[in-house]
Amino acid sequence: MSYLSDVAALARKDLRLELRARDTLPAMLLFVLSTLVVFHFALPTGADEVAAQGLLWVALVFTALLGLARAWAPEREGGALEGLVLAPSDRSAIWLGKSAAVFVFLALIELVALPAFALFFSPLQAEAVLGVLLANIGICAVGTLLAAMAAASRTRELILPLLFLPLAIPLVVGGVGSSVSTDPGRYLLFLGLYDAVFAILCWASFEYVVSE
Amino acid sequence: MIQARAVEKRYGRRRALRPLDLRLERGGFLVVTGANGSGKTTLLRLVAGLAAPTGGELDVGADRGGLGYLGHEPLLYRDLTAVENLDLYGRLYRVPERRERIGMLLERYGLWEVRAERVSSYSRGMTQRLALCRALLHEPELLVLDEPYTALDGEGAELLDRQLAELAGTATVLLTTHDPGRVEPLATSRLALA
Repeated sequence: MSYLSDVAALARKDLRLELRARDTLPAMLLFVLSTLVVFHFALPTGADEVAAQGLLWVALVFTALLGLARAWAPEREGGALEGLVLAPSDRSAIWLGKSAAVFVFLALIELVALPAFALFFSPLQAEAVLGVLLANIGICAVGTLLAAMAAASRTRELILPLLFLPLAIPLVVGGVGSSVSTDPGRYLLFLGLYDAVFAILCWASFEYVVSE
Repeated sequence: MIQARAVEKRYGRRRALRPLDLRLERGGFLVVTGANGSGKTTLLRLVAGLAAPTGGELDVGADRGGLGYLGHEPLLYRDLTAVENLDLYGRLYRVPERRERIGMLLERYGLWEVRAERVSSYSRGMTQRLALCRALLHEPELLVLDEPYTALDGEGAELLDRQLAELAGTATVLLTTHDPGRVEPLATSRLALA
């Protein structure tokens, strides 16, 4: 219980910081909406649905990347990450709390982005929405760990996409597959497996990312 | 409480701390002095567990929950208030009667009136006072303070003097300073790094 209360306290802190500073969510929202508008005009009239679904995932992955790049910014200022690392709680709670907060940000963005996609292109099926939710877990688990690794570097803006995008490819494959395939269950299962494997790996390795 | 044998730290080819032997008993008060770049901060970061030695052995007889650390950075969230910062750390350190303890520290360090303001609006000295509150919040058995008088005004420095005098003999203190005379009466041992 104490582990979960640490996670809750850390996630609540991130939500409070975002509500106060408002420097990540508005940027993510503007980015995803403007990207969808650009794609709406860029995609030729009569283009098939598969192409549109692919563009949705491009928009979502890059929007997530924008949020992940800012994820550890409050900890960089004032050295707060060292304060958390010194605390006696399990260090993986820091990663889990941050991942939970990033998940909430991403879900809030998608609450606007998915209806906007339906407006510009075509409505999403339930399987596609489930695919987005499952992919969010993977994006947050892997992205938060990689963002923590990149945060320690001076070239963090460069390193994060280089590390994150290759690992996001399976999520895009699973997400697009769950949207357009005749057998979306296979792709949803694939996304679930990705989430489970990478969440365990990230949970176990965070300690080493924040330790010298 | 702290025992080091030939402990050293290198970053690549650069030596940040020369091999050092050190022994500090429980309840001791060690004052570390030395020129800039002599390794004072590195030594404190090693003791706090924020860095790992590249040579020698270092035993610290306090776990993370029993260690209070004040470094060059305040380790605070700039967009949270003083109370929110201390409440977060109080939860993570499982501080009993957290609110009372936070209130007492803020009152003592003259931050009660600004407790609901964001840390980003604080002066450097006020931030340092709050960082001290954070380091003391869980009543650590080992207190590691890196130049704690930095940015404190006369009143703040006197508050810290009184706090250290209260802690002397009960908690173990490891402190670096460029003004060793200030804590000389409390010191049980001294270390000058070259």
